Amino acid sequence: MPPKRRNHDIIEVENVGMDVDAEPDSDSEEEARRRSRNRRSKSQRKAKQVSEDEDEDEEEEEDEPPRRRGRRKTTKTDEDETPQRRGRGKRTKPQDSDEDEEGDKRRAARKGSKASKKKAAKETSDEESEEEKVGRKKAGRAVSKKEKEEQNKEQKGNVKGKDGENKDKKKKKKMSSSSSSSSSDSDEESLSEGEIAALKEQVEEKKKLIATLRNKPWRMNKRLSLLKEAQDFVEKFEGALGKGKGRRLYAFKVMMTKKLIKFNRDFENFKTACIPWERKIKEVESHFGSSVASYFLFLRWMYGLNLVLFGFMFGLVVLPEVLMGLPYGSIPRKTVPRDEEDTAMDFSVLFDFGGYCKYSILFYGYYNNDRTIGVLQYRLPLSYLLTSVGVFGYSLLVVIRTMARNANEGGDGGDEGEFIFSWKMFTSWDYLIGNPETADNKYASITTSFKESIVDEQENQKDENIHLRRFLRVFANFLILCSLGGSGYLIYFVVKRSQEFAKMDPKTLTWFENNEVEFVMSLLGLVCPPLFETIAELEDYHPRIALKWQLGRIFALFLGNLYTFLFALFDEVTAKLETEKSIKNATEWALHQYYANYSSFYNTTDVPPPKVAPADVIRGPCWETGVGREFVKLIVSDVQVTYLTILVGDFARAFIVRFLNYCWCWDLEAGFPSYGEFDISGNVLGLVFNQGMIWMGAFYAPGLVGMNVLRLLTSMYYQSWAVMACNVPHERVFKASRSNNFYMGLLLLVLFLSLLPVVYSMMTLAPSFDCGPFSGQEKMYDVVIETIDQDLPAFIGNIFIYASNPGLIMPAILLMILAIYYLNTVSKAYQQANTDLKKKMQMAREDEKNRRNNKDSTNQVMKDLEDLMPDKSLAPPPAEEEKPPEVVIDKSVKPTKTKPGTAEKGVNVQKEVSLAAPNPRRPVTRAPGPRGGPPGNTRSPQPQPGKGRGQGAAPRR
Amino acid sequence: MGNKQTIFTDEQLDAYQDCTFFTRKEILRLHSRYHELAPHLVPMDYTNEPDCKLPLALIVDMPELKENPFRNRIVESFSEDGMGNLSFNEFVDMFSVLSEMAPRELKAIYAFKIYDFNVDNYLCKEDLEKTLNRLTKEELTPEEVELVCEKTIEEADLDGDNKLSYADFENMISRAPDFLSTFHIRI
Repeated sequence: MPPKRRNHDIIEVENVGMDVDAEPDSDSEEEARRRSRNRRSKSQRKAKQVSEDEDEDEEEEEDEPPRRRGRRKTTKTDEDETPQRRGRGKRTKPQDSDEDEEGDKRRAARKGSKASKKKAAKETSDEESEEEKVGRKKAGRAVSKKEKEEQNKEQKGNVKGKDGENKDKKKKKKMSSSSSSSSSDSDEESLSEGEIAALKEQVEEKKKLIATLRNKPWRMNKRLSLLKEAQDFVEKFEGALGKGKGRRLYAFKVMMTKKLIKFNRDFENFKTACIPWERKIKEVESHFGSSVASYFLFLRWMYGLNLVLFGFMFGLVVLPEVLMGLPYGSIPRKTVPRDEEDTAMDFSVLFDFGGYCKYSILFYGYYNNDRTIGVLQYRLPLSYLLTSVGVFGYSLLVVIRTMARNANEGGDGGDEGEFIFSWKMFTSWDYLIGNPETADNKYASITTSFKESIVDEQENQKDENIHLRRFLRVFANFLILCSLGGSGYLIYFVVKRSQEFAKMDPKTLTWFENNEVEFVMSLLGLVCPPLFETIAELEDYHPRIALKWQLGRIFALFLGNLYTFLFALFDEVTAKLETEKSIKNATEWALHQYYANYSSFYNTTDVPPPKVAPADVIRGPCWETGVGREFVKLIVSDVQVTYLTILVGDFARAFIVRFLNYCWCWDLEAGFPSYGEFDISGNVLGLVFNQGMIWMGAFYAPGLVGMNVLRLLTSMYYQSWAVMACNVPHERVFKASRSNNFYMGLLLLVLFLSLLPVVYSMMTLAPSFDCGPFSGQEKMYDVVIETIDQDLPAFIGNIFIYASNPGLIMPAILLMILAIYYLNTVSKAYQQANTDLKKKMQMAREDEKNRRNNKDSTNQVMKDLEDLMPDKSLAPPPAEEEKPPEVVIDKSVKPTKTKPGTAEKGVNVQKEVSLAAPNPRRPVTRAPGPRGGPPGNTRSPQPQPGKGRGQGAAPRR
Repeated sequence: MGNKQTIFTDEQLDAYQDCTFFTRKEILRLHSRYHELAPHLVPMDYTNEPDCKLPLALIVDMPELKENPFRNRIVESFSEDGMGNLSFNEFVDMFSVLSEMAPRELKAIYAFKIYDFNVDNYLCKEDLEKTLNRLTKEELTPEEVELVCEKTIEEADLDGDNKLSYADFENMISRAPDFLSTFHIRI
């Protein structure tokens, strides 16, 4: 039985483990030995028992491995399991001297291993009792409970089964062995602890299998049947686990996990059912490939984010104020002032977010500064501040989490140059494409990219006039810097002018003068990117690099514009603060006058508050509302400009090209105007900056988030319609995967940059005295301090005081810096290890190649090394020939002298050497007799049993 | 809602959800797509697991696959008989592997199968030539094809046997930045 023979060897080596001096002469055996060595440590740990009659054991062990193998091969081993199990009891195999010899060896080795573990060799009687003990313990872990009449044997069998299991960690095998147990296990009450543990392990195993089944590359039918099997098993045995008190608890736990799984699945189903626009995106995807679709995915993601932010803002700030706060017209800040009342409902004013809009919940100024409102004692000012901060915190968390996830998925992609052609070959087709036109474009672009690579490969890009190109690049950058500076100045100028306009009578101003800032900003956003693109032509970069530059420049433009706008705005704010101060003083003075007059006139100290209609009260400019209005106006004009551009630039163009083509001098579709392409980078950047403005503006205008949700919703439909109706697929289809995190990085940067001004205004600027939730406070964050002081127990206040102590903050910062430094170092070390490993792989690969090709190493370093090696042909050959046998003889004598407990050591060393050179004394070391021989004889085969066995086994093979 | 109960039992749906990356809704959608392909062949009632297979020609006509140069290979790789006849189970399996949720390792295995035209578990030059010709609609000259195939093997072949084994392929594809985003069909 050839296979059995082999397994026999394996098991033999396995039991004796690392210590045995097996020297298999075939490759497969060597491999088997290596495997068994790895496993052996485990088996040793678990299978501590020493059987009393090793004969039996041995037989069983011999039976075991083939059975294991068989199991591994077939999944439905339940049937063939049984006979094999039965067979274990009897001696089914013919014995021969070889096996006896091996038995001897094993016994010796087992003693040895035992000695190494327990420091003492046990007598047979001792072993007997111990066997009973350990065996009982072990039996639990084992599976089969068949053949009750042969208790003793059975236990051992179980132990062995366990052994076998340890050898092979394959899941399937475990499954089959466990299912065999399932068939036999009728008396669950009598399960011992160990059995329960084993069962538990299997159940866990099954559960794991169920959870990971979908990741297995198996056929569906197989997966389904495996799933059923596993589920049945879990169903059957889960209840049997646990005992007494633990049992009920366990049952409860199992029930809960089941419910949890079910709930999770339902939740997952619900979640996917909630994801909108799957169809739309698929349509776009199949028409335009993954790059355009990535914009829409981004848009959808943004929509989700904004929906959550809107939930926060609306639920925690707007709704409480509407439901529980004072109604409109009750106090000055919630009333349109007298002099604006006439025009407050005019469309032009409303469209400008003046009039009633300005004094509505959309803006900061509307919110009252009562500490608590309503029956719930809701602390609105505090919630306003915390929600605004929370919006930032949540966004930051989400963005970073998404980035991390993207980074995980993106593959390491470390060395770009390594797999140029392979990647092109295997990943360039976009499986999403389902439109013939796009497919044609894709074919064309793949062909071009291949041709480009071939050209690159053939001639390593020669630069004909490097000086001209350098000059042109510098020149282009200069031009772009100029236009950036120009646009920044223009915005500053316009904002300043608008401040002057604001001081004038609004009726004398034209519409353009009112909306100059927004108009100019949108115009710049519209004109500059194409201008940059034109300038970038000068540079003559590779399109992908050019795209990156373009993105970077547009980003700089938007950022510069936004920040100029902000600085101008803050100028305005400081001016407003001045006027506010004077107005505040004036009102206070008037109030004082009133009180003085009243008390002197009526001669009473009980002065009622002055009876002035809320509309008539003198009030400050409320700079927060002003800032909020600016943001809202900016967003609205941005939306208008974007939508108009799509309508004119894409739709009208497509319309003209399509229908005027019948009566035109040249081919409009193929020639000059043609159809527009979808501008991915511009659109994504637009979205990112829009979001930045939302983040900044949300503090001053809580309604802004809601408006943004509407905007994103409409633009999803509008743009997906526009792109399907008027755009053509890109001629060069870019891939989106890499830029995905690039967009996220931009978003993160914008988030951070928009956080700055908001936090600045929270911490340093004084809030308006007569509007908004923080009126009356010195600084906005005083709300928090006030809450801590008044509403929380004193010790928490103390904690806060300590926590905000510079003495504590400084060490904290220091600690963080240290942590960053440490993590940085660690990551560098990993990187180093990574590159080292890569280098090693490269070396191995080249080595392998060279060996195959039988030619000299191509690696220069290796060549040099080889040159440095001593010339082999010059060395005297006989000296090398003679040495090894001497060593072997020397070592092979040693083990016979050493004690059994330490025998392995010498043997171990010997093995190494005997591997190096065959032992010449082979015939002598072949053990002729069975184990009955003297100890010396028993051990004598050890020096080169591998050889001996190899010889013995060879004929049978 | 009543519709759902007649197509699959709850257990079947749960089993499918355990075995694939799809949710209930998507599995039902898949069934309706499968049904659409051949309304007279595919029963609406799958509770007793009818034995029904659709031929390759019908499946590659789906809009999701129609433009794909490897459509025949995809379908063949997922059919148990290797001829491209797909039962509903295999159909679901195919889109599960190609779905967004499937892990890279699983996708790599099937990508390897797809590109292995002659089903010998190696990507040899012949396979690469076929792949390349399908990708470029045979617009490259034979010399160029030769060069590209040679370069590909040179790049990715780790053991130097002049063909790509799965290990080579996996090593190469696991670093490809675009693999996950492009080896993906939305259903």
